[in-house]
Amino acid sequence: MSATSTAIPAAKPKPKVRIGDRVFTSTTITAGAVILAVLAAVALFLVVQSLPALFAKPGELPNNADNFWQYVWPLVFGTVWSAFLALLIATPLSVGIALFISHYAPRRIAQLLGYVIDLLAAIPSVVYGLWGIATLSVFVQPFFAWLTDNLGWFPLFAPPVSGTGRTVLTASMVLAVMVIPIMTAICREVFLQTPRLNEEAALALGATRWEMVRLSVLPFARSGIISAIMLGLGRALGETLAIAMVLSPAFIVKFAVLQAQSPNTIAANIALQFPEATGVSVNALVASGLVLFAVTLVVNMIARAVINRKPSGASS
Amino acid sequence: MTTQATTATAPPPAPGRARPTANSLTAGRLPRAVPWLLLCGCWIATGVVYGILDASGATKGFDPVGTIFFGTVLFVVALALISRIVEGGRRAVDRLVTSLVLTAFIIALLPLVSLVWTVIARGLARFDVPFFSESMRNIIGDGGGALHAIVGTLLITLTAAVISVPIGLLASVYLVEYGRGALARAITFFVDVMTGIPSIVAGLFTYALFALVFGPAVRNGFMGAIALSVLMIPVVVRSSEEILRLVPNELREASYALGVPKWCTILKIVLPTSIAGLVTGVMLAIARVIGETAPLLIVTGFTFSMNYDITGGRMMTLPVFVYTQYTQAAGVSAQASVDRAWTAALVLILIVMALNLLGRLIAKIFAPKYGR
Repeated sequence: MSATSTAIPAAKPKPKVRIGDRVFTSTTITAGAVILAVLAAVALFLVVQSLPALFAKPGELPNNADNFWQYVWPLVFGTVWSAFLALLIATPLSVGIALFISHYAPRRIAQLLGYVIDLLAAIPSVVYGLWGIATLSVFVQPFFAWLTDNLGWFPLFAPPVSGTGRTVLTASMVLAVMVIPIMTAICREVFLQTPRLNEEAALALGATRWEMVRLSVLPFARSGIISAIMLGLGRALGETLAIAMVLSPAFIVKFAVLQAQSPNTIAANIALQFPEATGVSVNALVASGLVLFAVTLVVNMIARAVINRKPSGASS
Repeated sequence: MTTQATTATAPPPAPGRARPTANSLTAGRLPRAVPWLLLCGCWIATGVVYGILDASGATKGFDPVGTIFFGTVLFVVALALISRIVEGGRRAVDRLVTSLVLTAFIIALLPLVSLVWTVIARGLARFDVPFFSESMRNIIGDGGGALHAIVGTLLITLTAAVISVPIGLLASVYLVEYGRGALARAITFFVDVMTGIPSIVAGLFTYALFALVFGPAVRNGFMGAIALSVLMIPVVVRSSEEILRLVPNELREASYALGVPKWCTILKIVLPTSIAGLVTGVMLAIARVIGETAPLLIVTGFTFSMNYDITGGRMMTLPVFVYTQYTQAAGVSAQASVDRAWTAALVLILIVMALNLLGRLIAKIFAPKYGR
């Protein structure tokens, strides 16, 4: 098979340079460099297109904002707030699901259950949006009404309740359903990689199943869980259509989660406004997209730093 | 682990303190049927409470959701309590966690079941031949179809795959086979960063790129393909990298030992060994981007007519079709529009599921057998 394996003199340890190797190496390096170039281009073009909005005079920007930061602040708040709520719901659930699939379910059906959860990840976001409007918001509205009636003193549940159920909390529930499969898939992979001997040693010492999980699986999987949360947060921050369809948006900053007027998110705002935007409004939208890009970048980097700082057995 | 033979006869030691040493190996255990009986009992109990509330007129009608919910909560608490009395604290915690984990799983299944049920029930209304053979040109009110959207989705996704599969695959080969220095670290890091790019930002980037050249009103399918590629490349790189790293080093070393050059080793040994996994990764990446809506909404616009030319003007895609049909439903024929949206959602889900299953099937059938 190897036509090139000619006799190489033993006295010459220098590797022979082959044309094929040269070509192949440079092609793969080019492909890698293209990725870097694309990312640089993303940042560069977004900056170029958003400059007019950053230096816009009062009166030019939408929503009567005096400057760009006043325009983007409610959107940033809405983005982070809805993503935070979604993760609050999704994190315990997905760790539980992953544990169930990896350590609790009968071995025979565990793989099938894993597929089912993976299929949840494959459903497009626009379909989640449809479901959020048509089914979920109708279903949860009575519960929201009950919450505001009985727990209205709690700032998050302050009345008046939304009549349609299309609130931040509903949107966050949809977001949570969307990020659960991603987080579950990663957690499950990491849980399954726990060294079998550690688990068996814990069981042999008389640990119950939960003690085995707590002693051997969870410490091993800590960095994996963090990276799962990171990926879920990234998806929740950037999720567009589900929010755009479910929320009834407004340019406000407030924590109450059950009211009709909800803080919009950056991504949903772009999707809703872009088709009709002209002039500086387009630049403002691009600039808000740049802010979103920066926020997700920071989230990713922080999470990565956390993972790298505390190397557990899972980090390969 | 499961030693239930003696449990039926042994009396629970807790009340009488029959055994002085509370050894967890010999302490009493609950019979296997207890949790299930307790669950049914709790549901019946809450059902009775709700029934009495209903009969007394305090609530409007019987509430099955509340019955199941509060019955399950009652079950979790009661099982932990009983287990604590009979089996001791450690096993009680174990049982508590087991039921919590199971509950988490069932909670996660509810939206899936509800979503699939809703989409199928509402989508079947227009799941007919015209839906797949007509576009929305000159359609007002009933009728019409999504052929233009299906064609657009296929063309754009295919173009995106043609762009991103070679780049992603070669980059992952670089990372696994060549990458040692700063460049490899940078690529790994920025691929991670790219994975986190929100899809709408990819759309904005493509718009910003093309708007500089062609002016602010530019919309076409190729821009959509570029935007999808930005999202697809990191997915392909990540999955291919993982698969390529699975190829045993012994294979490479055997090949080198025979004097085969490195590029030949990669082409003839590494890639064929991992081809099934690579194909699966690509399929899953396609399935991931085919449902993307936000970037396409921005850069490809929407139209009601057929458009086979990916560089020529606005192009409809299936996700955008769902969005526009639902949000622009108004007037007397609003229901027809909503029906089309649901059917398009059903078609979209079917396409994505088919890609997913096909990918997994390929992985399963052709995968090389490794340990574990």
